[in-house]
Amino acid sequence: MSSMKIFDIAGSAMSAQSQRLNLVASNMANVDSVSSSVDETYKSRQPVFQAMVDQMNPKAAATGVRMLGVVESQAPLQKEYAPHHPMADGEGYIFRPNVNIVEEMANMISASRSYQNNVEVVNAAKQMMTGLLRLGQ
Amino acid sequence: MKLDNAFGIHEQALRVRAQRAEVLANNLANADTPGFKARDVDFQNMLKQQMVQPVRLKTTHSAHLPIAGNDLTLNELRYRVPTAPSLDGNTVDEHLEKTKFSENAMEYQASLRFLNGKIQGLLRSIRGD
Repeated sequence: MSSMKIFDIAGSAMSAQSQRLNLVASNMANVDSVSSSVDETYKSRQPVFQAMVDQMNPKAAATGVRMLGVVESQAPLQKEYAPHHPMADGEGYIFRPNVNIVEEMANMISASRSYQNNVEVVNAAKQMMTGLLRLGQ
Repeated sequence: MKLDNAFGIHEQALRVRAQRAEVLANNLANADTPGFKARDVDFQNMLKQQMVQPVRLKTTHSAHLPIAGNDLTLNELRYRVPTAPSLDGNTVDEHLEKTKFSENAMEYQASLRFLNGKIQGLLRSIRGD
């Protein structure tokens, strides 16, 4: 029966949200990863979600979500004058990642809330299916 | 009374509610997808359609010919009117979708109760007690 699809949908969302949480963790862990050039410096990574398309049935009503990819933030890096830093370049500058820690915290809360929502959907769907299985007993 | 419609409208209602649960779960899954538009089923319309053509065939291959009223498609859904659309074009209101989902789950349980009642009644009349 197609109603089992609801588990796939909520599952896809849970996996997408946990990947988003992974990126948040990665961004926050690398907030102090300084380096001596713009290219080498860690840049804030953000996920892009996309509604899935069922290849067999492109007009299907409900298919779930997937992570389309990861984009690196284009925000300017923080340049800091620290001539005694071991990573300083020829002119005495180091580069800090463009990770905004406050933004990442908000992102983390949003991701975990969305994850919880989908867990609740799975629980409700489980109750619905259990009721259906018990029909006539 | 014919046995194939012994369950009355509840059989179709249960099916439509299961499909609605899928659509609402999909809205919640795409709560953070840019440009996603929240959708919902037109319950009355769907139920009417189910009464006319209750059995649907599933297409599992792109070469399968779609039959009118086959599986739940985008054509049968309606876009929700957004109250506060976000900048990225997403119109999912998580709170609204969650309340709708709970409401639908309760209605599903109600349909199950009705069906259970019908089954118990039939069993009792078969046993004759």
